[in-house]
Amino acid sequence: MSCTEVWWSEMEHIKMPKVENVRLVDRSSSRRTQVGTLYLTATHTIFVGKGSEDRSELWVLHSLVCNVLKHKASQSGYPLLIHCKNFQVIQFIIPQESDCHNVYISLSRLSRPEKYEELYCFSFNPNVDKAERGHSWDFLDLKAEYSRMGLPDKLWHVTAINREYRVCDTYPADLFVPKSVTLPVIIGSSKFRSRGRFPTLSYYCKENHATICRSSQPLSGFSARCLEDEQMLQAIMKSNPGSRFMYVVDTRPKLNAMANRAAGKGYENEDNYCNIKFQFIGIENIHVMRNSQQKLIEVSTLRSPSMGEFLTGLENSDWLRHIKSIMEAAVFISKAVAEEGVSVLVHCSDGWDRTAQVCSVASVLLDPYYRTLKGLMVLIEKDWISFGHKFSHRCGHLDGEAKEVSPVIDQFLECVWQLMKQFPCYFEYNEKFLISIHDHVYSCHYGNFICNSQKERKDLCIKEKTHSIWPHLWENKLDFTNPLFKPDQSQNQGLLRPRTAPYCFKYWRRLYNRFDRELHPRQSELDCLMTVKEETQQLEEELALYEQKLAVLDKERAKALYMQKGVLESKQTLWSLPLDTSLANTPQDYIGGFIGGAPNVFTLQQGERENAELCLFGDKPKSSDADNSDQESGVADFSSHSSGEESLPSEDSVKDPDSDETGPNRE
Amino acid sequence: MELSEHIKTANVEDVTLRRPFHPALRGTLCVTSHHLLFSNRKDEASWQLLILLKNIDAIEKRAVGSSGTITIKCKDLLVLQLEIPGMEECLNIASSIEALSSLESVTEMYPFFYRPSHLTLLGPWGLSTTEQYYKQTERLWDRWRVSKVNSDYSVCPSYPSAVIVPREVDDDKLIRSARFRQGGRFPVLSYCHHSNGMVIMRSSQPLTGANKKRCKEDELLLQAVIDGSELGYIIDLRSAQQAQQARMTGGGFESKSCYRHWKRIHRHHERGKVVQESLIKLVEACSDLSHSVDRWLSKLENSKWLSHVHSALSTAGLVVECVERDGHSVLVHGSEGTDNTLLVSSLAQIILDPASRTVTGFLCLLEREWIQAGHPFQQRCAHSAYSHARLKQECPSFLLLLDCVWQVWRQFPLALEFSEALLLRLAQEVYASNYGTFLCNNEQERCAAGVKENTHCLFQSMLKPDIEEQYLNPLYEPTDLAIWPSVHPQSLQLWTGMFLRWTEYAQNMEEAREEVWSIVKEHRERV
Repeated sequence: MSCTEVWWSEMEHIKMPKVENVRLVDRSSSRRTQVGTLYLTATHTIFVGKGSEDRSELWVLHSLVCNVLKHKASQSGYPLLIHCKNFQVIQFIIPQESDCHNVYISLSRLSRPEKYEELYCFSFNPNVDKAERGHSWDFLDLKAEYSRMGLPDKLWHVTAINREYRVCDTYPADLFVPKSVTLPVIIGSSKFRSRGRFPTLSYYCKENHATICRSSQPLSGFSARCLEDEQMLQAIMKSNPGSRFMYVVDTRPKLNAMANRAAGKGYENEDNYCNIKFQFIGIENIHVMRNSQQKLIEVSTLRSPSMGEFLTGLENSDWLRHIKSIMEAAVFISKAVAEEGVSVLVHCSDGWDRTAQVCSVASVLLDPYYRTLKGLMVLIEKDWISFGHKFSHRCGHLDGEAKEVSPVIDQFLECVWQLMKQFPCYFEYNEKFLISIHDHVYSCHYGNFICNSQKERKDLCIKEKTHSIWPHLWENKLDFTNPLFKPDQSQNQGLLRPRTAPYCFKYWRRLYNRFDRELHPRQSELDCLMTVKEETQQLEEELALYEQKLAVLDKERAKALYMQKGVLESKQTLWSLPLDTSLANTPQDYIGGFIGGAPNVFTLQQGERENAELCLFGDKPKSSDADNSDQESGVADFSSHSSGEESLPSEDSVKDPDSDETGPNRE
Repeated sequence: MELSEHIKTANVEDVTLRRPFHPALRGTLCVTSHHLLFSNRKDEASWQLLILLKNIDAIEKRAVGSSGTITIKCKDLLVLQLEIPGMEECLNIASSIEALSSLESVTEMYPFFYRPSHLTLLGPWGLSTTEQYYKQTERLWDRWRVSKVNSDYSVCPSYPSAVIVPREVDDDKLIRSARFRQGGRFPVLSYCHHSNGMVIMRSSQPLTGANKKRCKEDELLLQAVIDGSELGYIIDLRSAQQAQQARMTGGGFESKSCYRHWKRIHRHHERGKVVQESLIKLVEACSDLSHSVDRWLSKLENSKWLSHVHSALSTAGLVVECVERDGHSVLVHGSEGTDNTLLVSSLAQIILDPASRTVTGFLCLLEREWIQAGHPFQQRCAHSAYSHARLKQECPSFLLLLDCVWQVWRQFPLALEFSEALLLRLAQEVYASNYGTFLCNNEQERCAAGVKENTHCLFQSMLKPDIEEQYLNPLYEPTDLAIWPSVHPQSLQLWTGMFLRWTEYAQNMEEAREEVWSIVKEHRERV
């Protein structure tokens, strides 16, 4: 089926391509409700505001829609609530019930594609030729990444055993194993592991030869053994000549692992494997995590909660507790590798969720490279994409088992964010980068996060039919750079030793309340610093340029003239820039400075705007009354978010003989 | 009794000092009348730690064999441990600390003995006076005047000698209004909007009592405030119910029938002991080393500290909304008008008035709205979060203000000229200081004790150019607009710089701050 065919078949699902007089409700302030037209296209839901001057548009990609809900009819019409996978919540009010129902039916279908071909990445067609597309897929090279780690070397090499995905269809084609293991050992070990996911290398520390290896659980049941698997672990341990034992980390709670034994699975028996130290780390399973995030989202979308409600809700969601447990596992592993010089084998049940999380967070702690933009991309490519994290299932790209959906990658990104909060100077990227990645994991805009394994992607010809996200993010790296990053120090510092005291784990407002503009700081320190830094660089370049010119000029008089000019011009650029771009709270900037900038930076990049993404065009600052309107928005905060108890003006009216002063109807 | 009589053992050798993030040190410990001095001489380089005894909130002694350990918990939340060889010495030191850290006589306190060579006691004390403020604020000249009715502090013991009141209200009326207000705190001007001329007034509650007493002069005074405009707002910092109850004990509120042009809005604010206990619980939560996120979050929630921050900021926002957006004058009061009233009125000014967001402007604001306005610092800050002493009148209102300002700074990192360092310094100084600024409870007491003649002024010293520099916000970009903070729970955070100050977490932030400075400095050099 070609793309056009798919497109036509999707068009069939659209019962109502256009609905007039739809109201887009601003959840934070009813006063900002807009009236406009709702369009349904094959790929997007589009709302266009009616206002003559402030024509605002809202584009929502169908693949980002998590669920669509019809609410009870209100006076003004029939509300339709759309929850997105990027935590945007959109509420439309549609005048006619039949229209509302049609939109509901269409959107429900469109947001749950049944076939890969229906996904946006197959129809997304930026203006680039075939060669360029191919090129975009060559942007990251895992082979180069392994050689950066120092592989292959005298102890480790690539095995060709899985080239055809015959030994393990969820593993990548190229895998690193100890040179000393033979093919029969690998095959034997793979047969003794869930889904054939035998122990293989994830991270190599060339300084001390310690490794992080990963696998799935052994099929040990209550007593089964496998000589090859034991040899495999032995070989991994011996490939680290400096150590006399290795850790085997089972990231599951002990109870879960024991329960698995009844199903013929389980964990390594320390008596059967030589020189292993076995360790449970209780990270909960995907179902617990899904429920936890659901609770967290409920808290984040509470309407004007009190401080107590919010904190209690946050606590009851358990979300931060889970983040902490992943972090603690990673800390344990990174310390084993860097400080003890001991290799670690990590597994959970299948070795594609918790294992991916823990290995990749440990890598971020261990290796400053993963704290750079390119490094994080490579890490995700390696530990998540190539090792078969089931993106399609976990992110719910296609209509399918709801039980398979789980925010496993969200938790990884959040762990990195928590680390960034603790070590503001050690990461080259900023939180916008993490949020952009989060966006694209779910958007199905690019092919990278489609399918559940490398094999599936190959079968589907992802590289031929879709584009890769990485070069696109790289092009926008200026937006994603942390101005506080100190590369030199970070190199020296090697291992990050994060605190894991409970107070170190914060609520990620920028992700979960990303679209609630009024919740975020009105001015951004980092953006401001970035501008300052860019300017400094620009000045330096200018200075260098003038110095060059000066060198060329011989005559003293001419020299003096240029000096003067140089000073003048550099001054101009300097003072004009901060005034324009600074985030000072001038009427325009009050909306435009940070907030206006936010949607395009935080959603997707400028170039894509035309390609239909989530942008609120209407957020551009208006002329003079922009000031006024935004002040009102601030005002709304205080009246609607008054402090819970008797604080509302209307509650003034206590029964008092002279209770003439009922609530001043200020609004 | 001489202070030195409290000291039985002045010197102990071979004391081991433990503090967060530093290896243990051995050295000599000295106790003087006002300080605890630990010095370590090693390889010629000597290192000293000097702690004001007044900074010590609580001490705990423990005997280990023949030696003793003293844990010192400071009001700035630092916790230290001293291992002292010899039980007797240990007990002597402990009892000296206990006696000398809780001196009650103001003139015995250290600011009266602090004589650094770079400061002089000559010259005016403080940054500004009511008269100077009036002179500088042209906007006031037309309708407002400075009244000296309280020049001998007889009308209101906690007010300064001069206050700003409506021009048309004479001193006799003021005296009568004062009799009708708790503690004599009649309505006075706190702030006048720079462009629309609307004002923020503050006072204490009216003494209407159960019989609904009236005071014509008080009514006239408020009438004069709005002067013909249609409406003013009274922001009562108690719930309507509390205000009702206050009548039973002689207090009350302004009823609509008597104050026709004023609308009353009630916002509930906790006060006194409740807020002090919040602080204690919060600090306890921060020092809980058990490793459960649930426990942390529930303790944080349970402390209610962030809820107080939330209420203070939202009420201040409401005040600004009235003054700035709607163009109405506002009277703020709670009961005594010495705590939450000052908190709300000064926060409102920070949100509203660009002038109060500079270093000088902010310090002037504190001087005007807290020190001159009679916040009882000595009572409120007698103890901080660690003390086991029975609570008397302690309440961290001022710390709450600093926290709120910090929240504003987080949300508008470019709008304040000063940095977190200034807030932290003030949080420390308010509990224990070399300077006289936060001594006593009001101007009258300061006068009687001779504070202005015999101590140095903190604010003046902070404004010395070389010192002020360390309190500057490198990213400051003045703005004339009101800076409306978000008061959603998601937008308010724990002030880690303060409450987790002595943890590694805060140390990484220090590194980030230095990096910000170096980026900005590099930029400035290029310019």
